[in-house]
Amino acid sequence: MSFFYDTRIRALFYQSVAIVAVLLIASIMFSTASDNLAKQGIATGFDFLWRQAGFVISETSIAYGPTDTVGRAIFVGIINTVKVSLLAAIFGTIVGLLVGIGRLSHNPVLSRLMLTYVELLRNVPLLLYLFLWYALIISVFPPVKQAIQFFPGFFLSNSGLAMPSVAFESGFEPLAVASVTSIVAAIATRIFLLRRHRETGQERPILLLSLVAFALPLIAVALVSNITIVWDIPMVGKFRLAGGYQIRPEFVALLFGLTLSVSAAVAETVRAGIQAVGKGQWEAATALGLPRSRTMRLIILPQALRLIIPPLTNTYLTVFKNSSLAIAVGYPDLVMVSNTVMNQTGQAIETIAIFMGVYLSLSILIALLMNWYNARVALKER
Amino acid sequence: MADIDALATGSQLNPAESRFPHKLSAYFGTPGNALITIASLVAIAALIKLAFAWLVLNAVFAGTPADCKLASGACWPFLREKLRFILFGFYPFDQQWRPFMAVLLFLVSCGISMVPRLWSRSLLMAWFLLVLPALYIVMAGGFFGLTPVPTAQWGGLPLSFMLSFIGLSTGLPLGIALALARASSLPVIRILGVSIIEMVRGVPLISILFMATVMLPLFMPDGMTIDKLLRAQLAISIFAAAYIAEIVRGGLQSVPRGQIEAGQSLGLHYWQSMFMIVLPQALRKVIPPLVALFIGFFQDTTLVTIIGLLDFLDTMRSALRSPEWQGIAVIEGYLFAAAVYFLFSALMGIYSRFLEQHFRTTHE
Repeated sequence: MSFFYDTRIRALFYQSVAIVAVLLIASIMFSTASDNLAKQGIATGFDFLWRQAGFVISETSIAYGPTDTVGRAIFVGIINTVKVSLLAAIFGTIVGLLVGIGRLSHNPVLSRLMLTYVELLRNVPLLLYLFLWYALIISVFPPVKQAIQFFPGFFLSNSGLAMPSVAFESGFEPLAVASVTSIVAAIATRIFLLRRHRETGQERPILLLSLVAFALPLIAVALVSNITIVWDIPMVGKFRLAGGYQIRPEFVALLFGLTLSVSAAVAETVRAGIQAVGKGQWEAATALGLPRSRTMRLIILPQALRLIIPPLTNTYLTVFKNSSLAIAVGYPDLVMVSNTVMNQTGQAIETIAIFMGVYLSLSILIALLMNWYNARVALKER
Repeated sequence: MADIDALATGSQLNPAESRFPHKLSAYFGTPGNALITIASLVAIAALIKLAFAWLVLNAVFAGTPADCKLASGACWPFLREKLRFILFGFYPFDQQWRPFMAVLLFLVSCGISMVPRLWSRSLLMAWFLLVLPALYIVMAGGFFGLTPVPTAQWGGLPLSFMLSFIGLSTGLPLGIALALARASSLPVIRILGVSIIEMVRGVPLISILFMATVMLPLFMPDGMTIDKLLRAQLAISIFAAAYIAEIVRGGLQSVPRGQIEAGQSLGLHYWQSMFMIVLPQALRKVIPPLVALFIGFFQDTTLVTIIGLLDFLDTMRSALRSPEWQGIAVIEGYLFAAAVYFLFSALMGIYSRFLEQHFRTTHE
């Protein structure tokens, strides 16, 4: 009996039981699933990804048509998911930063207003808001036939915003090269001048010189090469707008809803982070004669950032996962495209495995990126 | 950064310099501050005017869908006519006093259980032996001469409450188990715990709901089916468990190691020291964040709308799509649903803050 009381033996025993149980459950599930699939005549495997998709996707960032493969359709969905979550994260962070700082204002009207904003967003389900924004867009804006042309070529209607887009007939490549050169030149100039200023104390108009560095390559290309632009101007048809660049109401509703929900979360995170910075920091800065705005930017925010980054990571992960609510308003994100694929091919297990895999790996990627950034801003202790 | 600076300076305040009496200086102390106050007040006034015009002045209080279509304001007859459907879904019309009583009993029981002084083992037993069976009997029927009502006819507010409450109360023990697994010293158990938690947390709830509705039937042996409601419930429970596990892990980490060692030196084995020493201390610390998590889950149950369950949001949507009201009271409907969710979430939020305060004053 003493054999069984040995903790090492017991540890081994429990772990073996766990492994056996997991394997047993997995094998039972696998065998019943393959039985069921065989009975329903559904082939297993990922061959269906190379079959013709045969359905239309209403919003595509890369070329896609119904004759393309299922795999490409799913890829279009992934791009749409990333696009809307990235934009929502960026806009939401900017709005949230402002709201969070407004929450800390000593002005009671402003801080209560911001509190109301945050509470209204946090206490109502995001899905409900998405339905509401979508319904508002549909009911407030006129039908396509009576689209509002608020600026020549810009049409606003309940099927979205259509605006002129540009296509290059020639000269696209030199222009692209020049743009990249401009950005690099501007950043390099700024870094160089800043370093000079720190080392020698020379005062130079840094912003102006950087702008000049930015403009020079562009002007040079414009003078030398032959750039021809073709405008694609939207036209009002009977049921839809044709041509131009169109922003669809599904995308706007989703982006708006996600942005607001991110902003509420960011605002609370920022507020908590700033409040956690010691009061002595404010007092020390005041004693040095720094005005409040510079204290905030130079002393408080850099310290608050350390506390803000980990919960901010969670917010970004949440918005990325919440973008899957796109299916509610009909924006073709990864989940919605996968759902269509599931209905058409019947390959439920494989499709769900694909989109869960994509979500998992992108979640891990976001977490890694944010952890890397966190390590950079974290307190460096010797 | 310019905007941040403007906001920061706007709130700059130095009472000594202010020419205003102390109370008003917070509003009008500096020019920037006064500007913010006036701009905010103007915005609030404009909003109130807009809301009043829409809700009262231009609203239709009695009439037909046609009246609503003509008016530019809110359509109250829609809510009056559809309220019972929105609240209780397709539950037999003449039996709808039953879900009403169930919701009432549930809310009263919750209200009583929210008082920390009443927390005890007997309260927990009362939930399991009295409240939950009573709720089930009232809703499902079949006893005491109540007509049986299948779960396919359940809907509306009771369904939303049920999905979130059962999801969380089954998720809690599961979550504690996962947290213990994650903190275990046995590598196999720990890896198992970590992978379940991270896999569930890394994907959206909607994908787990899809898994439960589309994929789970494929894993069932022939002839065996699980009710759709139960499958969604299972998905929500598992999802809740992973998030609860992470919160409980935080609580477990806050209990000093010395506590376990003291237990071991007294001769207690793992389960004894966990249940009698560590968990009681850990769980007490995580009650406020758990309540905050519950708010999120109450809202997340709306996602069952997407897989076609008639929760509160979905009965509202069905009511909005009903032939005679199609496209007439959409904004009204969603705003009403938002108000209901806001009410319950805000109440729970207040309770969560109360608990935080309560624990700070009584235990530290």
